[in-house]
Amino acid sequence: MSERLSITKTYKLYIGGKFPRTESGRTTAVTDASNTLIAHVCHASRKDIRDAVEAAQKAQEGWANTTAYLRGQILYRLAEMMEGKRAELASAIVECGEDEVARAIDRVVHFAGWTDKFPMIAGGANPVAGPYHNFTVPFPVGVTGVVCPDEPSLLGLITLVAPVIAMGNACVVLASETNPIPAMVLAEALATSDLPGGVVNILTGFRDELCPHLAEHRGVIAIHAGGLTDAQRTTLRLGSANNMKRVTIREHLDYKNDDACEGPRWLEPFVEFKTIWHPSAV
Amino acid sequence: MSTAAGSTNRSQNAAGVQAPPRLDLRAATGGGLFEYAPAPESVRPAIADRYGLFINGRFTDPTSSKRFTTINPATEATLSEVAEANEADVDAAVRAARDALPAWAGLPGKERGKFLYRIARRLQERARELAVLETMDGGKPIKESRDVDIPLAAAHFFHHAGWADKLQYAFPGREPRPVGVCGQIIPWNFPLLMAAWKIAPALACGNTVVLKPAETTPLTALRLAEICDEIGLPPGVVNIVTGAGATGAAIVNHPGIDKIAFTGSTEVGKIIAKAVAPTHKRLTLELGGKSANIIFEDASIDQAVEGIIEGIYFNQGHVCCAGSRLFVQESVLDRVIGKLKDRMSTLRVGDPLDKNTDVGAINSKAQLATIGKYLEIGSKEGAERHDCGTADLPGKGYFCRPCFFTGVQPSHTIAREEIFGPVLAVMSFRTPEEAISRANNTPYGLAAGVWTDKGSKIFDTARRLDAGVVWLNTYNKFDPTSPFGGFKESGFGREGGRHGLLAYLA
Repeated sequence: MSERLSITKTYKLYIGGKFPRTESGRTTAVTDASNTLIAHVCHASRKDIRDAVEAAQKAQEGWANTTAYLRGQILYRLAEMMEGKRAELASAIVECGEDEVARAIDRVVHFAGWTDKFPMIAGGANPVAGPYHNFTVPFPVGVTGVVCPDEPSLLGLITLVAPVIAMGNACVVLASETNPIPAMVLAEALATSDLPGGVVNILTGFRDELCPHLAEHRGVIAIHAGGLTDAQRTTLRLGSANNMKRVTIREHLDYKNDDACEGPRWLEPFVEFKTIWHPSAV
Repeated sequence: MSTAAGSTNRSQNAAGVQAPPRLDLRAATGGGLFEYAPAPESVRPAIADRYGLFINGRFTDPTSSKRFTTINPATEATLSEVAEANEADVDAAVRAARDALPAWAGLPGKERGKFLYRIARRLQERARELAVLETMDGGKPIKESRDVDIPLAAAHFFHHAGWADKLQYAFPGREPRPVGVCGQIIPWNFPLLMAAWKIAPALACGNTVVLKPAETTPLTALRLAEICDEIGLPPGVVNIVTGAGATGAAIVNHPGIDKIAFTGSTEVGKIIAKAVAPTHKRLTLELGGKSANIIFEDASIDQAVEGIIEGIYFNQGHVCCAGSRLFVQESVLDRVIGKLKDRMSTLRVGDPLDKNTDVGAINSKAQLATIGKYLEIGSKEGAERHDCGTADLPGKGYFCRPCFFTGVQPSHTIAREEIFGPVLAVMSFRTPEEAISRANNTPYGLAAGVWTDKGSKIFDTARRLDAGVVWLNTYNKFDPTSPFGGFKESGFGREGGRHGLLAYLA
């Protein structure tokens, strides 16, 4: 009996909770170390970015208005879904896959717990010198562009995305360029989790091509990026100046280091602090 | 029901509230009863003929020998000649700040704090002189510089002085470290107050600064430099360089600066953001606004009208968070406009040094021209302008009668662009949904006001407005403990409060 020919998969994009092909029709082959074809992935275009931003914009208000408690539960549920896909995620990562998947899942759990705690420690009442009730509360910053490092492909994505969605933001994610498959396996977990479609949108393709479009899109108000070259970093910041995007770029980061990758500092860039005054004397 | 009551009913508006008879204050009082005798401020602060740059604890001449004049916009009289700093001067200031950094950052927080307390005290002690100087250099009414600008500037130093030895408690789990040398560029609308907003948190966190005041209002910042010297602040910790755009650009582009803090227009903010894009400089921007002030039909209308006045005519409307777009629920529109007209007829426009003046001089000839351009566009695009009063404006100086426009469409220029003058665009709405979506329909997101006596409605509206500061049943209130800053294209970062410290900690 001849050896069975495997089904090579073409991973599509993940936009608005659905898996469309790139409108450009372009795909790229992904091969393993021995040059064997593993799969094809979409090579996303500017139009795909626009579609993804539109999907994120549609999801933004509903996700922002979801209670912090429920957002926490939904993120925890995502960790559960990832746990069920551990083997598939690990084999997609290839090297040290098991360890990276475990860390990524634990990081999702870490940020799931922040949803209803960050506002408590970051907001507060301000003792103004007058008869006013004055308080500061964090609100979601809005649609955020996430540019992932090539390595670690899954843990990098989770570390950059989890704080963004924990604070009630929808995002458009450019996955690792060198190994986009774990991101697309994750998309399948996302699609079956309770996270509303459009909150996380994932594109595969080339950073140099896509970064300028993401940076210049006026529907995006914040950027969270890691693993950039100096030129990509400048491109992102230049484009972002057009509509005053809040840009956070992680450099020289050890994604395995919990102390460096967790905590309230990771959430601060993805909220806007709103200060509210009301007279408290008649 | 009597006929008289029936006729009263017919004059009720949609909200079912009876409109009170219009009171023409001037007519009712015979036109003259409410006139005030002039009450000019008598203190005249000493102003030197010329000022140098404050670099490394000394006033020095600019290397180029170039100077520019600063005038009193209410009289057009020259007040002084101020040095124009070029790249070499800015470089000297940055080097002084860099040299001073290790010792300043290494000073125990308690000791750093004491310097700030000293500055706060001197600002309080010299408050009257500073208030008069601020009014002479900038044109704002003396009652505002006396009651708002100077006390708040002192409060800002006093508040931040106490942070200097408590930074480790501000953000749990984070070791507080200064960012380094901060380049700070401030506008002309609140000259000393903006200097305080910038310098106080920077110094409390252990940074050193190079600050550039606006070219039309340099005098109080230079007074602050004198105070720094007077209280024994180590040389180089605060450097003040005067000049215009080129001086600002020299600060922004200087490689020895770790952080830029800018308050000013969104246009310049974007230029700065692009200039620092290839660098590792940190950036906070407090930019323009076109803030919405929303009056619901269930508001206390008299209080709301006071809030409208406070929102747009405070400081001649030279306020980034000015409530320049007024949204009034349709059912109370006529009442609000009637009361607004009455209230505006009592506004006193004129000599900023007169203690009874409500609206002073426009800061500069150029700004007066800008406002004039918008007034023209407003009428040309079809809105109807209503001026406050008809009394003569002073013959000299830059004055603009406060006004509002009705019949404004959302697409009108005066409803979209920041005017930075005493010009209000009045629009109406029917439902809360409409008010919120129209209020948010702007690239800006600095501030907003909401007026209603319904508790849940007011907090729901506050939650849904895209603005960094939301004033409910009040407007234009500031405090050093209260973070200030915008959403969207009104910039990023906060000033004041615990959140303001983030901008000055690594």
